[in-house]
Amino acid sequence: MESVIEQIINGLRTGSIYALIALGYTMVYGIAKMINFAHGDIIMVGAYSLYVFISLLHIPVILSILLSILVCALLGITMEKVAYKPLRNAPPLAVLITAIGMSFLLQSLALLIFKANPIPFKSIIKLAPVKIGSITIAGISIITFLVTTLIMIFLTLFIRYTKAGRAMRAVSEDRQAAELMGIDVNRTISMVFAIGSALGAVAGILYVCQYQTLQPTLGALPGIKAFVAAVFGGIGSVPGAMLGGILLGVIESISKAYISSELADAIVFSVLVLVLLLKPSGLLGKNRIEKV
Amino acid sequence: MAMLEIKDLEVYYGAIRAIKGISFEVEAGEVIALIGANGAGKTTTLHTITGLVPARKGSIQFLGQELTRIPAHKIVTLGIAHVPEGRRIFSEMTVYENLLMGAYIRKNRKETEETIAYVYERFPRLKERAKQIAGTLSGGEQQMLAMGRALMSHPKIMLLDEPSMGLSPILVSEIFTIIKEISAAGTTVLLVEQNAKKALSIADRGYVLETGNIVLSGTADELKEDESVRKAYLGE
Ligand SMILES: Nc1ncnc2c1ncn2[C@@H]1O[C@H](COP(=O)(O)OP(=O)(O)O)[C@@H](O)[C@H]1O
Ligand SMILES: [Mg+2]
Repeated sequence: MESVIEQIINGLRTGSIYALIALGYTMVYGIAKMINFAHGDIIMVGAYSLYVFISLLHIPVILSILLSILVCALLGITMEKVAYKPLRNAPPLAVLITAIGMSFLLQSLALLIFKANPIPFKSIIKLAPVKIGSITIAGISIITFLVTTLIMIFLTLFIRYTKAGRAMRAVSEDRQAAELMGIDVNRTISMVFAIGSALGAVAGILYVCQYQTLQPTLGALPGIKAFVAAVFGGIGSVPGAMLGGILLGVIESISKAYISSELADAIVFSVLVLVLLLKPSGLLGKNRIEKV
Repeated sequence: MAMLEIKDLEVYYGAIRAIKGISFEVEAGEVIALIGANGAGKTTTLHTITGLVPARKGSIQFLGQELTRIPAHKIVTLGIAHVPEGRRIFSEMTVYENLLMGAYIRKNRKETEETIAYVYERFPRLKERAKQIAGTLSGGEQQMLAMGRALMSHPKIMLLDEPSMGLSPILVSEIFTIIKEISAAGTTVLLVEQNAKKALSIADRGYVLETGNIVLSGTADELKEDESVRKAYLGE
């Protein structure tokens, strides 16, 4: 019994990270109607930035975290301006290929600068594990839950109740009508890329603290899983991305522990296919969901 | 000088010339009808005024200011509200949120709440449905919401694109009564309609648009009496 609970806790931890990343995919999709396949590599940039600031430049931890988030947010904005904005009216395939190109570009740059050898990185989370009965919850799990929960609450409130949040929803629903209201669509799209990439940075930081090693391709796997999570929850839906990410993490962790660690990914994808067969728009996709 | 002055305007979609050099003007306080068949270029004309579609040639002056180089999102700040064809309300937001969107450019929240109260007074049904998701409203209610949303920016001129589209005759009359009220309250109106009869019944003057050209203009009474207008647009 304890081991089941521990597996679920592990799943929730990975799932929260997937959820953070999935939020970036889903928000960008909602507003720019494109899948930003380079989003996974933003996570990698977040992780490397943290390493540079802490291990190489010896900047205090909190400041390093904030700087890493800033780097990713600026990278997201730049990427949109340089690569995607010129393609606003281009066919979807051109946008897709550009996004994949961006992903390769970021990975190659990391490879060029940091080389292919994995770099060890010591977790910055010093929280001691907590014991509840016979169950032990690792410090990193507690921090991950805390951070992701806070972010999700804050983001939900922001989208629902602030002027900027309403502007994001308006642009995602009808870009022209939003312009008629006086909303600067370019600025709103930039803001969404910045928020999505900032969440990616947080995910990257949590991820590297969990795995404690850096590689140029480290964003690829969580990136693709989180993309699956976003589709699973209903692409374009913010609560869908949260739910999709967390469920995916738990399903993955349980399958790994009790069925087969080799088959875990296959099981995850089977569940995805099943859900999409039954509900093509994903768990919370379609109308009435707060899209961004 | 007229409030809105359009001169030799030409608009293209790719290689296709949708507006072929039209000129017309709207004086402050007027209700102007722009009538024409489907595909004549009425929507394109309004879209060009509010910057959703770029002008290729010609000028659009509003209170002496050239609009053709101003980005779409800045135009509403000059006092131009556009109620687009097909309403284009934000269907996943509540009625109340849609009205807030209409006041996006306004900074004073208290003033916005007062304007919302004014819109609710004019459209009591919107007040009843304030918390409802806008996509669940009926067609007539959606049109009212689109107009109420436009009023939220305190426009000097309101551009209305086929407000009667898809509505029952009773609702059409209701909508036109409201347009008259909006005009009486001091807002200039540029009304695009296929329903020429209704449009000319409340307009001061009108223009007839045919495949990108203005082929006729005059007071509403003159147009109602015109042989070709009667034949082509009034079904007589
Ligand atoms: N987005 C567009 N792309 C290409 N052609 C368009 C577009 N919108 C309108 N048109 C064409 O421009 C002409 C005028 O259309 P429109 O302004 O919508 O007319 P109306 O509002 O009078 O029905 C039509 O021939 C229409 O097919
Ligand atoms: Mg039209």
